[in-house]
Amino acid sequence: MSGLLVMESVSAGYGPVPVLHGVSLSVAAGSITAVVGANGAGKTTLLRTIIGQLQPAAGYISFDGAALAGTKVENMVRRGIALVPEGRGVITELTVEENLRLGGLWRRDRAAAATLLARMYELFEPLARRRRAPGHQLSGGERQMLALGRALMANPRLLLLDEPSLGLAPRITAQILGLLRTLCDDTGLTVLLIEQNVRSALSVADDGVVLNLGSVVAARSAADLAADTDLRHTYLGF
Amino acid sequence: MRPLTPLVSLLLAAAAAAALIGLTFVVEPFRSYQLATACAYLCAVAGLTLLTGAGGQLSLGQAALMAAGAYSYALSANALAGAGVEGALLLLVPLGASILGASILGVVIGCAAGRLHGPYLAGFTLALVVAIPAVTSTFSAVLGGDQGLWITVEKRPTALRGTVSNEQWQAWLAIICAVAVMVVLNNLLRGRFGRQLRAVRDNDAAASLSGVNAARTKIISFTVSAAAAGLGGGLLAYVTQSASPGAYSLVLSLYLLMAAVIGGIGSLTGAVWGALIMVFLPYAVNTFTANLPVSADVAARLDGNLAVAVFGTILVLVILLAPRGIQGLITAAGRRFRARFPPGQSPSNPASAVVPVPQSRPSAETPSSGTQAPATETGTPPSGTLSTTKGQR
Amino acid sequence: MDRFLFLTVDGLARGAVLAAFALSLVIIWRAARIVNFAQGAMAVATTYIAFTVTSATGNYWLGLASAVVAGLVLGALVERTVMRFVGNTNPLNSVIAGLGLLLVIQAALGMIFGNGYRAMATPFSSTPISVGGVSAVSPYDLFIFICVGLMVVGLALLFTKTSLGLRLRASAFAPDLARLLGVRSSRMLTLGWALSSAVGALAALLIIPTELGLNPHAVDTVFVYAFTVAVVGGLDSAGGAVAGGLAVGVVLSWVSGYLGATLTPIAVLVLLLAVLLLRPAGLFSMTKERTA
Repeated sequence: MSGLLVMESVSAGYGPVPVLHGVSLSVAAGSITAVVGANGAGKTTLLRTIIGQLQPAAGYISFDGAALAGTKVENMVRRGIALVPEGRGVITELTVEENLRLGGLWRRDRAAAATLLARMYELFEPLARRRRAPGHQLSGGERQMLALGRALMANPRLLLLDEPSLGLAPRITAQILGLLRTLCDDTGLTVLLIEQNVRSALSVADDGVVLNLGSVVAARSAADLAADTDLRHTYLGF
Repeated sequence: MRPLTPLVSLLLAAAAAAALIGLTFVVEPFRSYQLATACAYLCAVAGLTLLTGAGGQLSLGQAALMAAGAYSYALSANALAGAGVEGALLLLVPLGASILGASILGVVIGCAAGRLHGPYLAGFTLALVVAIPAVTSTFSAVLGGDQGLWITVEKRPTALRGTVSNEQWQAWLAIICAVAVMVVLNNLLRGRFGRQLRAVRDNDAAASLSGVNAARTKIISFTVSAAAAGLGGGLLAYVTQSASPGAYSLVLSLYLLMAAVIGGIGSLTGAVWGALIMVFLPYAVNTFTANLPVSADVAARLDGNLAVAVFGTILVLVILLAPRGIQGLITAAGRRFRARFPPGQSPSNPASAVVPVPQSRPSAETPSSGTQAPATETGTPPSGTLSTTKGQR
Repeated sequence: MDRFLFLTVDGLARGAVLAAFALSLVIIWRAARIVNFAQGAMAVATTYIAFTVTSATGNYWLGLASAVVAGLVLGALVERTVMRFVGNTNPLNSVIAGLGLLLVIQAALGMIFGNGYRAMATPFSSTPISVGGVSAVSPYDLFIFICVGLMVVGLALLFTKTSLGLRLRASAFAPDLARLLGVRSSRMLTLGWALSSAVGALAALLIIPTELGLNPHAVDTVFVYAFTVAVVGGLDSAGGAVAGGLAVGVVLSWVSGYLGATLTPIAVLVLLLAVLLLRPAGLFSMTKERTA
């Protein structure tokens, strides 16, 4: 398999309880891949394994041709992988600007970070108006923008998103997914997206992966998956 | 380790007391004196085991409660002696007073500290211990200031004089008191109060929902622990014939906590190991330094300090490597032993023969059919879990 | 009136040091959710180093610098060798480990330097100077105000204005999240301990010459006062520690001046109890009390 991110027969879980059973998938550079599946399918576990919060019990994960095993969580961003965690992990005690700056702090290049910061305020206008506001004053949509902007501050090659639409109004979800599509097309960003909101996820994605009980049951083009009524009825419930 | 049933614990306690009293006939008087102090400390450590181990409340104030016991003993004994009272009364009333005095302080602390947790409680009780010298010098007319009080004590009964040394008699008294404390605390921990205490420790909101009065449970645990510490303080006052603020410093509080932790926090048997270590480890270290071929100056520096350093190091190591203490290690070793030699192969396993305690869960080794299981469960109510119906009554 | 002024200024100077000490407790509490009961002993150890350096070189400032550096090193050492490995399963364990360290450090100091008191010289006179007929402030009091003031301002700038401060705060509030953003949280934790211990070192160095002198137990009671200050101000609040320190310092000075010095520990106990029962989150803290 070729791709920016490749997983081969990865098994992982919490302690003795395995959640993922031999998952293999490939994410092509510059594309959006949506991983969909019911609650408990192992979607979040998949992301935690990629980002290094969980050590795979078996299998192999590579990024840009090199193994990811042994890379500490805090070094993932230095290798070009950024994660937007579920529940919009904004540090509520810090201000909007501090949250954003934090995303690019690991770089030595201050000027580039400043340019990116300005770009984020262009991309997410509501944030520009609330630079000094502490995170706990933001609305759900603003928080999701902040978390996304903060991840983009790292200028990643691969962006992992865990349920970005959770608890957001459909209009805002559409905005955020649309933005991801634009970023992919314009900058060559690669996105691995985890979603319960299957319809919107597949509408924006290039490829789709259906996860069920910790195993991949289908991996095809997103349009293909969306058209497969059987599959949708069996695993995705619509 | 499961707590023992009342009858078994009574028998065991009587046997232990008899064995220890027998021991005082064999060893020299100084060892009897050490045994007496160890028993006095055991009272306080066992109280702390209940409070911190089962109750999850970390108190550094145990020395203050021992001091309350010691001063209660001193004041009541001197008052009685001044009124011309002699004999058993001059011994038993002050001991009772030491328990009462410390309990009253325990209720007060419990009411105040019951709402605190973790480091807050530790800091508050720390301030309490540090305030002892201030209290004794503020009320120096009654409490004797920094010098403390000398106590008129009732010596051993006339009939025993000549055959039994004073140290031996002190040891007997301390042994009996310590064994009594252990029996009482064991029964408390084993019964409904013990279950409520652990429930409150693990999750006081959930315990409250099950009908346990969390605040009351905490206050009771402070009081019981204080009573045990007070008796220990009273014994110490009796043995040393004095009560002074210097004897009940922060260091003593730390030692008591250390004894409870090193022995195995949460286990009364662990408290025994802890109390023994508390007396014999400094003694061993000091004997060792006394025999070192070093100058007087170096010896003076090592004196006391080395024992504290060893104690502190052991405490840190226990927290890092064996958080369940000595008793935890013994239990684990016993489990490994039983795993290697299952009870089926050794029918004369003493542990299973002597302790007929109901299992807290239906045994996994004897699979029972669906109709039989409920019957066994109603026959022997689970002892390890909190019973909601009981709590709500 | 003269006496009142003197007691108040003296209390403020003492309070400034208590504030610094409390600040050291607050830094660790925010970084690791631990009340470091070994803080006092660690600070005394660094003061012994300052004492030794000053005695050997005759230079107070070299001693001061070495105390602060030793504080940084000792704090990092304690975190890397002990506290890091204390499990989080039971919050009591870190308290107990701190108490164990307290005993080890005090005993080690006693073995190396002896248990006797050693007089420490102050770089400035501690006799109050007379201004317009009223003598209230001594040069050493002023020195304390300047030292603590500089330190507080320095810490405030570090935490709020620098990217290192941002990293420190991020990993204190949300260590896992910070790690995802490339912050080396475990390094930040070590740094937090180092900073806190250096602040404690400075506080002990300032206060010990005004007390009985240098001794392994020299700051036992100061630690209790500092803990009280930290609770009064709110363990989460650096500003609260400073305000609380000054307030507690003045109150204690009044109690000791008008009612007698022996009553101070009792006053502390009463104050601590009152705050813990009435406002457990601290007088100056706006947030709700966090669980330990």
